[in-house]
Parts: sequence; C-alpha cells; structure tokens
Amino acid sequence: MNNNSVTCVAIGSEGDIVEARQKGRELSKQIGFGLTDQARIATGISELARNILLYAGSGQVILNIVEIEGRRGIEIMAQDQGPGIMSLEQALTDGFSTSRGLGVGLPGTKRLMDELYIESTFNQGTVVIARKWIN
Amino acid sequence: MEIPILKIHDTLIVSIQVDLSDELVLLLQQNLLQQISQTEARGLLIDLTAVEIVDSFMSRILTETAHMAQIMGTNVALVGIQPAVAMTMVELGVYFKNIPTCRNLEKGLDYLAAIQTPERGVST
Repeated sequence: MNNNSVTCVAIGSEGDIVEARQKGRELSKQIGFGLTDQARIATGISELARNILLYAGSGQVILNIVEIEGRRGIEIMAQDQGPGIMSLEQALTDGFSTSRGLGVGLPGTKRLMDELYIESTFNQGTVVIARKWIN
Repeated sequence: MEIPILKIHDTLIVSIQVDLSDELVLLLQQNLLQQISQTEARGLLIDLTAVEIVDSFMSRILTETAHMAQIMGTNVALVGIQPAVAMTMVELGVYFKNIPTCRNLEKGLDYLAAIQTPERGVST
C-alpha cells in the first residue's frame, strides 16, 4: 500500500464536510472511478463526516487507496471520540435517527458503498470503515 | 459568498454552481424566501445542473425550501438534476417529495408558464 495516497481531513465544522467530500471525489476520480461512483463516494463521505460533526462534534475522515487481491478501490475511515452508537442495529435502520436528521446516513451510505463496517464503544468513540471497489 | 438569485418577469431563478456547505444551503433558503416576499414572484426555479452531489442534508433543506415557497404561494420546480445525482439520491434513500422536477431550465420555464394562469385583469 502506498502511504502517499492517504488523505486525512479533520472534521470540526460544516466547511470540513465539503472539504472531505471534495477530496474524496478527487481521489476517486484520480484512481479511475466513473462519474456515478464518484458521486456515490462523495455522498457517502458527506454523510459520514456529518455524523461525526452531529454526534461527536469533531473527528476525522481518512481516505485511502486500497488494493487487495488485484482489486483497487477507495477506503473511507470516519472516526471520532464521541459518545458512541447506542444500537448499531437501529443506526443501520432506515428512518431511525436520534438527531433531527432523516435517518438515512448510515443505511444509505451502506447502500452507496460496497462494504461498511462499524465499531463503536460507549463513551469512547466510533470508527466507520467504508469501501468501494472499481468494477 | 451568496448565491445570486435572478428575476426574469415574475420568475425567480437560482442556479447552484458551487459545492454548498450546510451553512450556505440554509443561507440560500433564507434569501430565496426573502426574495419571494419582496418581489412577489409567482414562480421559482432551482437549477441543479451543476450540482454533483445531493446528500441527505441538502435534499432535506431543498425540499423544505420548495415547500416553504409553495406555502407562500409560489410555484416551484427543481430542474437539471444529473443522472449521477438521481441515482445516488435514490440509493441513499432521499427524495424531493411532492416537488415538481423538470429536465432543464427551459422545461422548467415551460412548466411554470403552463400552470400559471395570467394575472386577473390582464387580457389574454
């Protein structure tokens, strides 16, 4: 894995959400994703970054080019030291939201990406890893 | 940075050309409603031709804005939504519920002209 390809965006304000999704779009374009996948990736990043801001106040989005078994793709890691997710099952259910949002953030991002994993510890934080592969 | 709102006859047109932060989407909402009130515009077209992503926040605020404009008596349409945006929105699970959409600005103007009957007292 090439370390030069790691992009880290600190999330602490609304402007950071825009920066994170733009960097994600650039990176996905650069490694050969088509227009629709670029939109999927940028939108997924936007949702994950907003979740950080909304629930934890701050955190970071780390973008990485991944290559496993000849497949190439992008990995988004969204991490925070926030309160954690009470119920992962509920968080992945459409329409469920503990904020005023639409409740589509996590389940929607899961649909936009190829893989999505969540690790969350009460009062310690949350890490979401999402990957999209080039077809 | 404010998004310019144009007025042509009694239609307001706003074309979103930049990647809008949450803050700017809310500012646009406020400015649009203010313009509707000040200009007594009868129609509003929001052009999304240059918009590359619509996430859950933006879809919610745009939907709300369109409903607010409708409540104020304005006919609204969202125009120019790109294929990648349409695909992403549906997969994400967000929709412009009960908001008319048109393929492009021209079709949007045709739509408004078709649904807006002439002002009372104006001969046709």
